[in-house]
Amino acid sequence: MRYFLLFFFAAVVGVVLIAGPQGKRSPNRPFEIFPDMDHQPKVKAQSPSRFFADGVGPRLPIAGTVPMGYDFPAAGPGLARIAGAENPGAARSSHPGLSFGNDPSYLATGKMGDNWGDGIPVEVNAKLMELGRDKFTIYCAVCHGVTGHGNGVTSKYGWNGIANYHDERIVGQPDGELYNTITHGKNTMYGYGANLSVTDRWAIVAYVRALQKAQRGAVADLTPEQRATLPTQ
Amino acid sequence: MANIFPKWTNQLPLKVLAGAALVVTALTGGITYYFTPKYTNVGYQPVQPVPFSHAIHADQLGLDCRYCHSYVEKAAHSNVPSTQTCMNCHSQIKQNSPRLALVRESYKSGKPIEWVRIHKAPDYVYFNHSAHVNRGVSCVSCHGKINEMAVVYQDQPQSMSWCLDCHRAPENHLRPLQYITNLNWKPEDIGTTQKQLGQELKDRWGVKPPVTCNGCHR
Ligand code: HEC
Ligand code: HEC
Ligand code: HEC
Ligand code: HEC
Ligand code: HEC
Ligand code: HEC
Repeated sequence: MRYFLLFFFAAVVGVVLIAGPQGKRSPNRPFEIFPDMDHQPKVKAQSPSRFFADGVGPRLPIAGTVPMGYDFPAAGPGLARIAGAENPGAARSSHPGLSFGNDPSYLATGKMGDNWGDGIPVEVNAKLMELGRDKFTIYCAVCHGVTGHGNGVTSKYGWNGIANYHDERIVGQPDGELYNTITHGKNTMYGYGANLSVTDRWAIVAYVRALQKAQRGAVADLTPEQRATLPTQ
Repeated sequence: MANIFPKWTNQLPLKVLAGAALVVTALTGGITYYFTPKYTNVGYQPVQPVPFSHAIHADQLGLDCRYCHSYVEKAAHSNVPSTQTCMNCHSQIKQNSPRLALVRESYKSGKPIEWVRIHKAPDYVYFNHSAHVNRGVSCVSCHGKINEMAVVYQDQPQSMSWCLDCHRAPENHLRPLQYITNLNWKPEDIGTTQKQLGQELKDRWGVKPPVTCNGCHR
């Protein structure tokens, strides 16, 4: 009995010492007790695949193909919001408002003919402004700052030359050019077309315009009632 | 008649029984403690190809999770960012750092960085990020304090019972949508308690997570 007890406690202590407590940090892959059907031969998002020669699971679209479920390129303005008779393709879109814009319209390119167009081609309402504020805070404020003065957190890590939205040059730019800067970037700024849907991008344009207006407003812009609420100097 | 069994054998059945009881107890305890994702998965902290730190980028710089995990609100899968996302900043910041050599190389060649995956639901489980994130469940409920991790590790077991614990009582986790990616936020910050707020949001949004098998195994 004595030997058994000795052996028993040695075994328990050994297991505990080797296995350690729950939640211990370990760089080793989790041990699978019953692998069952954990790994099925299907390609999941962002996973490698041995089926293709280059080993990459997610495939790039082949030139000339149209992604299923998304807006059709040639079908007019391309947003489900304006779907219907004039835009039958968009009506079938299973992801309304999620277009990443591969058609040549003003909505998707910011261009009218060969020039930058002006005007925001989606309905501007409080909801769009809120979307614009959210997306701006996530994607742009890190560099351009919450007020758009080019003083975001990256400027404190030695990045000079981040554009200030309140420069005359940028205030004077047409909306289409701003839209294009978001999609494709400009000089040292990279594009955000892959992260932001077409609607998101126009929402940001609208919000940037509001930021600019907030810095350039004059008392004359206010209605008499609003002026009455101002503190008197 | 001579004794066939010596005297010490009188206690043998008792000893065998006691020994067996000990072994069974130890085995049961060991299996309960070790054969669970709480042991096998929690704490998994692989070495990543690039020493990327969430503590620097999310906490010190204050980047929103969605700057990198862009589609978490829109898709079932929460994407790991492309190399270009890193180069947005690292084309200008620390552009000569040797720790970023792999990022620059990947950007030039177009071959993605092979991040080691940490959280992984088995392929027979249907999980959808956007269904949770748009219903007031914060990243912190399922991934822990990522913003304080220099190297990401798995903080929650993500086992079936863990999913169900929340699905049966979601009020312990719900919060207003604008605080989803703010991992330091507490209901006390807006002068309420989790119980009160969670119950209110649950009623207002009619939150009813699935607890039947075909909700998650479809
Ligand atoms: C990683 C930092 C960074 C982020 C994030 C960023 N920008 Fe920029 N942006 C810059 C820099 C740097 C410039 C100056 C480019 C130059 O002229 O060299 C710039 C320039 C601009 C300009 C002026 C372009 C011109 O015609 O000169 C606009 C408009 C602009 N950004 C809008 C945005 C918007 C909108 C977002 C969010 C979707 C955004 N930026 C996100 C760094 C950034
Ligand atoms: C600057 C970009 C960036 C930001 C901002 C960011 N992440 Fe990440 N995240 C990454 C990268 C790159 C990885 C993969 C490498 C790793 O695991 O460290 C990752 C990995 C993760 C993982 C583990 C993925 C796996 O394999 O299981 C989780 C969970 C995660 N991030 C959550 C968050 C949360 C929550 C936030 C917001 C607080 C956040 N991230 C902010 C870039 C970012
Ligand atoms: C918003 C800008 C921004 C983005 C996007 C960004 N970083 Fe950084 N990163 C920084 C800054 C700023 C520092 C320096 C922090 C410091 O000096 O304390 C840094 C530091 C680093 C370092 C440490 C470098 C060193 O030499 O110490 C690594 C590694 C790194 N980042 C990797 C990445 C990866 C990988 C990604 C993409 C998933 C990424 N970063 C995206 C701004 C960014
Ligand atoms: C309800 C729980 C839950 C919430 C909330 C949640 N996650 Fe996840 N996350 C998971 C699970 C489960 C997985 C594993 C999914 C799989 O294997 O398909 C995962 C995986 C991930 C991955 C790894 C994907 C990969 O392919 O490597 C990232 C990155 C991630 N989550 C980021 C986030 C971010 C950022 C948030 C907050 C905006 C968030 N998660 C909120 C449960 C959650
Ligand atoms: C912290 C709380 C929490 C955790 C943990 C959690 N869930 Fe959920 N889950 C929810 C809430 C809240 C909803 C939304 C219910 C609603 O919309 O009424 C939900 C909904 C779902 C749905 C239905 C959504 C749809 O697309 O039909 C599925 C499936 C699901 N969860 C799977 C899982 C799985 C699998 C896990 C574990 C890996 C998990 N959940 C962990 C809170 C949670
Ligand atoms: C909230 C989501 C959810 C619901 C509801 C759910 N499951 Fe699961 N189930 C999971 C997850 C997540 C796993 C994977 C656990 C892991 O990896 O540890 C799992 C794993 C399993 C496994 C495999 C266990 C193993 O390790 O081999 C079985 C069997 C199973 N579930 C049966 C059921 C049955 C039967 C029901 C209905 C009574 C059910 N599940 C309901 C999420 C769920």
